[in-house]
Amino acid sequence: MGNDALNVEHSSGHSAEVFRETQESEQFRRLKRKHRSFVLPVTAACLLWYLTYVLLAGYAPDFMATPVFGSVNIGILLGLAQVATTFIITMVYVSYANKHLDPDAAAIRDRLETKEGVR
Amino acid sequence: MLQLTVAPPAAPGDPILNIAIFGVFVAITMVIVFRASRNNKTAADYYAAGRSFTGGQNGSAIAGDYLSAASFLGIVGAIALNGYDGFLYSIGFLVAWVVALLLVAELLRNTGKFTMADVLAFRLKQRPVRIAAAISTLVVCFFYLLAQMAGAGGLVALLLGINDRIGQSVVIAVVGALMILYVLVGGMKGTTWVQIIKAVLLIAGAGIMTIWVLALNGFNLSTLLDNAVETSGNPAVLAPGLQYGLSDITRLDFLSLGLALVLGTAALPHVLMRFYTVPTAKEARKSVVWAIWLIGIFYLFTLVLGYGASALIGAERIAAAPGGPNSAAPLLAFELGGSVLLGIISAIAFATILAVVAGLTITAAASFSHDIYASVVKKGNPAPGAEVKVARRTVVVIGIVAILGGIGANGQNVAFLVALAFAVAASANLPTIVYSLFWKKFTTQGALWSMYGGLASAIILISLSPVVSGGERSMIQGVDFAIFPLSNPGIVSIPLAFFLGWLGSVLDRSTEDPAKQTEMEVRSLTGVGAEKSVAH
Repeated sequence: MGNDALNVEHSSGHSAEVFRETQESEQFRRLKRKHRSFVLPVTAACLLWYLTYVLLAGYAPDFMATPVFGSVNIGILLGLAQVATTFIITMVYVSYANKHLDPDAAAIRDRLETKEGVR
Repeated sequence: MLQLTVAPPAAPGDPILNIAIFGVFVAITMVIVFRASRNNKTAADYYAAGRSFTGGQNGSAIAGDYLSAASFLGIVGAIALNGYDGFLYSIGFLVAWVVALLLVAELLRNTGKFTMADVLAFRLKQRPVRIAAAISTLVVCFFYLLAQMAGAGGLVALLLGINDRIGQSVVIAVVGALMILYVLVGGMKGTTWVQIIKAVLLIAGAGIMTIWVLALNGFNLSTLLDNAVETSGNPAVLAPGLQYGLSDITRLDFLSLGLALVLGTAALPHVLMRFYTVPTAKEARKSVVWAIWLIGIFYLFTLVLGYGASALIGAERIAAAPGGPNSAAPLLAFELGGSVLLGIISAIAFATILAVVAGLTITAAASFSHDIYASVVKKGNPAPGAEVKVARRTVVVIGIVAILGGIGANGQNVAFLVALAFAVAASANLPTIVYSLFWKKFTTQGALWSMYGGLASAIILISLSPVVSGGERSMIQGVDFAIFPLSNPGIVSIPLAFFLGWLGSVLDRSTEDPAKQTEMEVRSLTGVGAEKSVAH
């Protein structure tokens, strides 16, 4: 009970074969390509943008202290911009995943589970 | 004279009222925990709440798990005392969720069952990788637990007017005992409900205070900032640099901290474990989306609250109050709404500590009983029910360790201790998680080098840093063996762990089973078989 995590992965010859065929299938390769071509560059861009912010905060405090309106300065606006980009990336990813990732993933999953009996 | 003006905030509000409000919270959550825990029989029930939570529920619980006392008390205090530099913590803590959302959450949910090690050991050699993952899980949880329990001590000092260490220790022990009870009885289901309730209360409480502070400043951020500058008499609070701009070393230290924060979140074992409490990867994605919104909004609140505390109370009074910087949020509550609001906010802060500590404890216990006891000691075949039994015993042991550690760490800065936990997680766990999900040629040797190398370098660098010795606020006073100048090891230990993972893999002479890699890749992207883990 509950420990099947350890045993289930010793797949039988049949399911090993099914997994290999799936990995080589056009549909799976397309899914993998679409997944990686989104998540890797977006994560990298987001981290780079964050790193820029951190470096500015560390090494250009005078620039960050430049007032924009009232006492609100560039530093505070850039901080809020980090929050905003995090929200935006989240929403864009969700709509991308719903549109481009979920249908292929669901199709492959259904085929493997119902037709091939993979657990 | 100064003493006299500082003395009144020593125990603002009414300790009995504070305790009563907290007591109501405990009573209500206890009832819910007991009801929720009626069928906690299997490991999937106990560790993963039967995978029955929705994305929205789990997202709130993640926010409840993540917005620790460090976030609430620590960040508000840091902004109140150090101005903008405190805000930098919030940004790192939030942006980090992008990594969790894009790289980790769904793939992890599709691949694992209960713990981080399930994923890391999937296509590598089970025993050594599980042991390494369990050790780093336990270490990260320990650091994080210390931070929470230390926060409890500071809070007690302020709220109940208990200033002697023995009295505070008793209260830390009570918090620990309550937490043990929650986790023992409620398992993951009970823990999750405590976290959901606490998240709602915390965000609502912080939201009310934020609106209040903004109302006092004509709903104008600029006015609030002006008032903060006026009270502090220092325009520098609005720009980065007060805490980290002192020298090249502190600037580098800040970069190091930033790296640890942004890369640590997606590798925190108690956050990862939450992804198993939902039925599908899609719900795991929804959980993170919910969590990002809640956490992001909360950190915007902390910006207002921090500057609000700085404007209305002043950094000097906060620093002099019992509990130091951690007292900024409670003092602000008292300033705004008198002893009733203070009572509510302090009950929420206690609830925060309780919920986070419970989440950490169940994670550590699951890792010990699932990864070490069931998988390594019993080689994957423990007697029926034995695994959950071991988990429950582990909960008690960890609870006691947390109480003792919390008493020892009482008085340390909370946000800072949490930053160390993040550094250890980012170094020991993240490289292996990323490699095993995205890099085909990753091997067992790479995983072990990366995990042990990251863990050891992070801990050794911390112990040789000014955090432990040689500084004004070091843990060990009177000696100086701080040969590493930075207080956060991330900038060295994180790249090192990534490098070791690569090096260990390319130098590995034994190869991994390609069929396992194939299976893991297909499962992680499609979720084949993932949902059925509980039903049979």
